[in-house]
Amino acid sequence: MNSKKISIVLAILALLIMSPVKAAASGSGEGGVNVKEIMFHHLGDGYGWEVPFSHTYRIPLPVIVRAEDGKWICFSSSRLTELEEETDPATGKTKVEAVPRIVNIDKDGKTYSFLLAHVSKHSNKVVQVFPVETDSDRAALQAASDSEGAAGEYGVDKVINGYVLYDGTYYKEYRPFDFSITKNVLALFIASLIVTFMVMSVVRWYSKNGYKAPRKGTGFMEMLIGFIYVDVIKSTLHDKANRFAPFLLTCFFFILVMNLVGLIVIFPGGANLTGNIAVTLVLAVMVFVVVNIKATKHYWKEIFWPDVPLFLKFPLPIMQLIEIFGIFTKPAALCVRLFANMMGGHMIVITLTLLIFIFAAFGAVATGGSVVISVIFSIFMLALDVLVSFIQAFVFTLLSTLFISMAQENGHHEVKHGNVTHETLPDGDEAIKKDNATEVAL
Amino acid sequence: MELFTPELGLVFWMFIAFIILFVVLAKWGWPVIIKNMDERADTIDKGVEYAKEAKAQLDSARADAQKFLDDARKQQAEILRDAAKMKSQIIEDAKKEASEEAKKVMDAAKVSIEQSRKEAELQFKNEVSKFSLDIAEKMVRNQLKSDKAQTELVNKLLDEIENN
Repeated sequence: MNSKKISIVLAILALLIMSPVKAAASGSGEGGVNVKEIMFHHLGDGYGWEVPFSHTYRIPLPVIVRAEDGKWICFSSSRLTELEEETDPATGKTKVEAVPRIVNIDKDGKTYSFLLAHVSKHSNKVVQVFPVETDSDRAALQAASDSEGAAGEYGVDKVINGYVLYDGTYYKEYRPFDFSITKNVLALFIASLIVTFMVMSVVRWYSKNGYKAPRKGTGFMEMLIGFIYVDVIKSTLHDKANRFAPFLLTCFFFILVMNLVGLIVIFPGGANLTGNIAVTLVLAVMVFVVVNIKATKHYWKEIFWPDVPLFLKFPLPIMQLIEIFGIFTKPAALCVRLFANMMGGHMIVITLTLLIFIFAAFGAVATGGSVVISVIFSIFMLALDVLVSFIQAFVFTLLSTLFISMAQENGHHEVKHGNVTHETLPDGDEAIKKDNATEVAL
Repeated sequence: MELFTPELGLVFWMFIAFIILFVVLAKWGWPVIIKNMDERADTIDKGVEYAKEAKAQLDSARADAQKFLDDARKQQAEILRDAAKMKSQIIEDAKKEASEEAKKVMDAAKVSIEQSRKEAELQFKNEVSKFSLDIAEKMVRNQLKSDKAQTELVNKLLDEIENN
């Protein structure tokens, strides 16, 4: 039994080592891979969503942009690229590749041209392009070209500020307001739907089965909710828990699902959502708004007139400056922590995979070894990322709860008052409980 | 650097998605779940309390029963002890009475034995005296067959009287 398993593992390892030898032998004519481009392509956003296991075909998504003259224009992302057959002269193999092209949209008698920029300041974004026709335009292009250095971004073509290179000619570019449903946006919607479905499954269970404890997936979901609600929110915010619980729970589950969906490689997943600073920025801004809008007077007093020796706050407002700075750094730390952790995880896995192609240049043995090591480490990193996904969602929620509770503190005078109400409330509850108990007993 | 600059479109859609998700869940999701979880926890707490109470009651009832049982056992033992005592008493009494009776019977028997012995003795005496008289008569008759002997005897007797 055991020896059988070992032999299977050995066979797989042998296959793994053998296969790149063949690949290296056949594809030796290819140049090196552009590591940076591949990495950014995987970490970044995109206008289409790759069909599983294909680099060429993409699921078309709507591109929604506001042109320079204020018109809103919408078209399918499939029009941004066209399939072009390329024949490798050395091997005679043909391969299909998606190549960007200029999209001309006619609207209200005007033609708008858009391009998925490549050699430009806005690479991989849709830009509106205008041909350089007049002499003054040419002079401007020349001036801009001169002011830029010689090196292009990828060392191929020169990136000129305000211009985009397409098919050997430079066009004037304009970056429109871009509200396209990109891959990340669609993934956001999918993640929201998953969260809604997960939460509603618990609600449905309650409406069907009353107080019966849920089983299986619903039970797990309830356990998670209980974990966050009881151990994090309730134990920190106490009687104010119910006011902030919906926000914090939404945060936790949205982040968790986005993290986990990001780890799935193919279609419904694969979008690096929480590793995108726009997403974490919005989450952090939400926390910032909730913390500061619902803050008590005491919180603001502590910021503008804290309990410190007078010289620290009066002639020079040192403490005030620090406190105000702190208001912004707390959510900023939330934003950067989540972003960096998730993007780091993705980046490590991609790097490990790319190592195979980098080592392919050093011969068959190096390739075979790097395949084995990369695969093992990638699997390990992905498993670790599952853990990190949960931990980051948890940490985000925990810290948000702490920030909220800090902004909900009352001064010493009000604490006494609060205690009194505290003491009266549980008594009433106990009385009710006792009544109920007697009812049960009866 | 494009990774570190937030994209306006994504920020916008993220905002929309989050707000919609939040509103939907805050309205129909979380309050229902939290309420249910709290209520269920309360119900369970109440159930536990009730069970505790019931257990306490059961325990006290059991203790009561045990007490009754112990009392009854004690009483039983007492009764048994009394009965044993009484038994021995009765036996003793009976023994005493019996011995007294026996003594009485023995005494009566002794008396009657004594009496009959005396009677027998008397009778025996009489018999013996009768026999001895007979014997003496016969002997005397035998000795006094001659007149000489008779006179000799009379003389002797007379001497005796004289000597006295």
